[in-house]
Amino acid sequence: MTRFAVGIDLGTTHCALAVAPLEGEGAPEVMDVPQLVAEGQVEARPLLPSFLYFAHESEGVKALPWDAERRFVVGEHARARGVDAPARVIASAKSWLSHPTVDRRAGILPLGAPEDVEKISPVETSWRYLEHLSEAFDERYGGGEAALAKQEVVVTVPASFDASARELTVEAALAAGIEKLTLLEEPQAALYAWVLAMGDAWRKEVHPGDVVLVIDVGGGTTDFSAIHAVDKDGSLELVRVAVGDHILLGGDNMDLALAHLVRQKLEGEGKAVDRWQQASLVHTCRTAKERLLSDAKLEAMPVVLASRGSALLGGTLRSELTREEVTRILVDGFFPVVPADARPTSRARGGLTQLGLPYASDPAITRHLASFLARQAGAIRVAAQQRAPKLLHPTAVLFNGGVMKADPLRGRLVETLDAWLRGDGAPPVRVLGGADLDLAVARGACAYALVRRGKGLRIRGGTARAYYVGIESAVPAVPGVEPPVSAMCVAPFGMEEGTEASLPQELGVVVGEPVRFRFFGSSVRRDDGAGTLLEDWKGDGLEELPPIEVTLPAEGRREGDVVPVRLRSHATEVGTLQLEAEPLHPLKADERWRVELSVRGGE
Amino acid sequence: MTTDPDLSFLTRLWFAWLCSFRVLFDGRFAARVWTVRDAPALPPAPARAPSRGTDTTAALQLLSLLQREGRLVDFLQQDIASFADTDVGVAARVVHEGCRKAMRAHAEIEPVRAEAEGAKVSLEAGFDPDTVKLVGDVKGEPPYAGVLRHRGWRAKKLTLPSLVGGHDAHILTPAEVELG
Repeated sequence: MTRFAVGIDLGTTHCALAVAPLEGEGAPEVMDVPQLVAEGQVEARPLLPSFLYFAHESEGVKALPWDAERRFVVGEHARARGVDAPARVIASAKSWLSHPTVDRRAGILPLGAPEDVEKISPVETSWRYLEHLSEAFDERYGGGEAALAKQEVVVTVPASFDASARELTVEAALAAGIEKLTLLEEPQAALYAWVLAMGDAWRKEVHPGDVVLVIDVGGGTTDFSAIHAVDKDGSLELVRVAVGDHILLGGDNMDLALAHLVRQKLEGEGKAVDRWQQASLVHTCRTAKERLLSDAKLEAMPVVLASRGSALLGGTLRSELTREEVTRILVDGFFPVVPADARPTSRARGGLTQLGLPYASDPAITRHLASFLARQAGAIRVAAQQRAPKLLHPTAVLFNGGVMKADPLRGRLVETLDAWLRGDGAPPVRVLGGADLDLAVARGACAYALVRRGKGLRIRGGTARAYYVGIESAVPAVPGVEPPVSAMCVAPFGMEEGTEASLPQELGVVVGEPVRFRFFGSSVRRDDGAGTLLEDWKGDGLEELPPIEVTLPAEGRREGDVVPVRLRSHATEVGTLQLEAEPLHPLKADERWRVELSVRGGE
Repeated sequence: MTTDPDLSFLTRLWFAWLCSFRVLFDGRFAARVWTVRDAPALPPAPARAPSRGTDTTAALQLLSLLQREGRLVDFLQQDIASFADTDVGVAARVVHEGCRKAMRAHAEIEPVRAEAEGAKVSLEAGFDPDTVKLVGDVKGEPPYAGVLRHRGWRAKKLTLPSLVGGHDAHILTPAEVELG
């Protein structure tokens, strides 16, 4: 019997788990997760750092209370080892999970690991984090009927995750033994957590017509969503109407920028900072930043760097971080005042790009936000006689993520946003406050598991993108010229879970060999139905995704034959999109084949 | 550690009667009673002896924690007499920041007395001498009137990491050897 609702925030830099009983009145509570915090020392903490360390054989076992033989470490100690032995540590696995041009099921992590490490895939890394949470849960609640595998589990993903990254997250959760699984977008989880924190009072804060902009700046990623409150037959309904792009930019970048500044100051004084001190410099800068941003009276914070050896005096370096520097680098660097038509600059990548994560090249979060609001100007329909707005007009803002705890950063975002809105003839925004920004996502995910059981209001919205397959036009072959490819909509925007759509056109698939189709997504084309054909799709709000692939087994058919099939899309209850190929002349009832959202990389 | 409460007289009378018979007729029982005849109060057996744990394990862990987070052992082991106060000050910041973070994460510490230091306080008869130390002209009977000189600290809660995998708590911090 299922006893608990469980929410898991599977974050880029931290994971957290919240739990509530399904029966009765218990509210979601964050469970402390036992983890190695140092060699041989286990402690339970609310956050599990998303780091995985492969111990060298000389280090012996890395025992946990539930596994005396373990050879790898997840959590705080793994993060600490990331400084000592960086080549053996995986960080930011979640960003790799959504990396479009690598094979996310292949053992590629840690990048540059020594030979004795058996590298694992981004999917397996996420699975290990979920497995750790699952083991900790079973240790705490006794397993058996109370095992995590038997509970209603909600795992969060960035709203900007595309269909294949969501699919891979599900794969990781299933591998970790989670059976009753649902995905939820992080900004939605933040809103559920806010509703939970407000109690019944939230209905006084959000009214029909409101557009809540969720700005979620985590350790490694920035995510925007817009949620529209609408009146439906006299009752309030929340609909997620827009999600932003996947932006690899977050609090870690800010701490690095400050550390870089202090390092330059120290080096200017002729003091060298080694790699090990650099790591503690980032950490110390984060602490100094948090103090300076939360206390307007402080003008400067000392930054001290302990020497590496046992002699503390003499070798310790001292510098400081001033309010002016933090304001210049963080507030003006990451949240500059820009006009509404500013757009993120993209840097041309060098010819020899190293294999790495596609970090955002423009650090200005305000420019990314301006771009999001402009792209999504049409997300809310306005009456035909009104002027079409240049921007999506949010009426309220909900902040999420540890970075957004800082008043000066929140203030700058709100000021900038209000100026844009004023310029477009719209009133300023209200700020929705009250939730704990670090643990909101886990709590909100747990609340959503309860909402699915009928306790509370549910945010609707369906799939966040429309999806298209590339169809080659039938034109006479010309050497050296690729036939033009049009994009045909296979899954319209906003498909509600449990619904299906199918392409009226048929495609030919060769029996017995994998056939690939180009695949596209759009977060702005809301009106294309299944079968809509876009001949000139470039620059039309479509972005190319990794290709999809279908393999028809040869059973009952001749290898090499071309079989006409119809593509069908299905928004699953879990929160993923499934594509299937259905033969026009089935050999048996319900014959259909799964289409892989390919993860093997674009080139 | 708790000490057992004294048994009532009636219980002791019944027990003495029972024992005298068992000492006479049960040789093994007599031998066991003989061994405890002079023994000081027996410490209660620990429910489950930790593999390598002794009663100093927790103290070692605390030292290890303060070293890891705040370099406390490094600081105390170094002779600071020859350094200038600015050097000591810089090092003290490392120790203070780290140890403070570690202490806040692992202990809940609150003042014993809520009054401000310097305030007049009165102590009624039956005050707990463990929580308040009398200083100065100490004489007479309560109630006492005096001035609060130090608020005192009480650890409401202290949690330490648990040891796993037979880790030797005497290693406060391992030596580090950098390869390559």
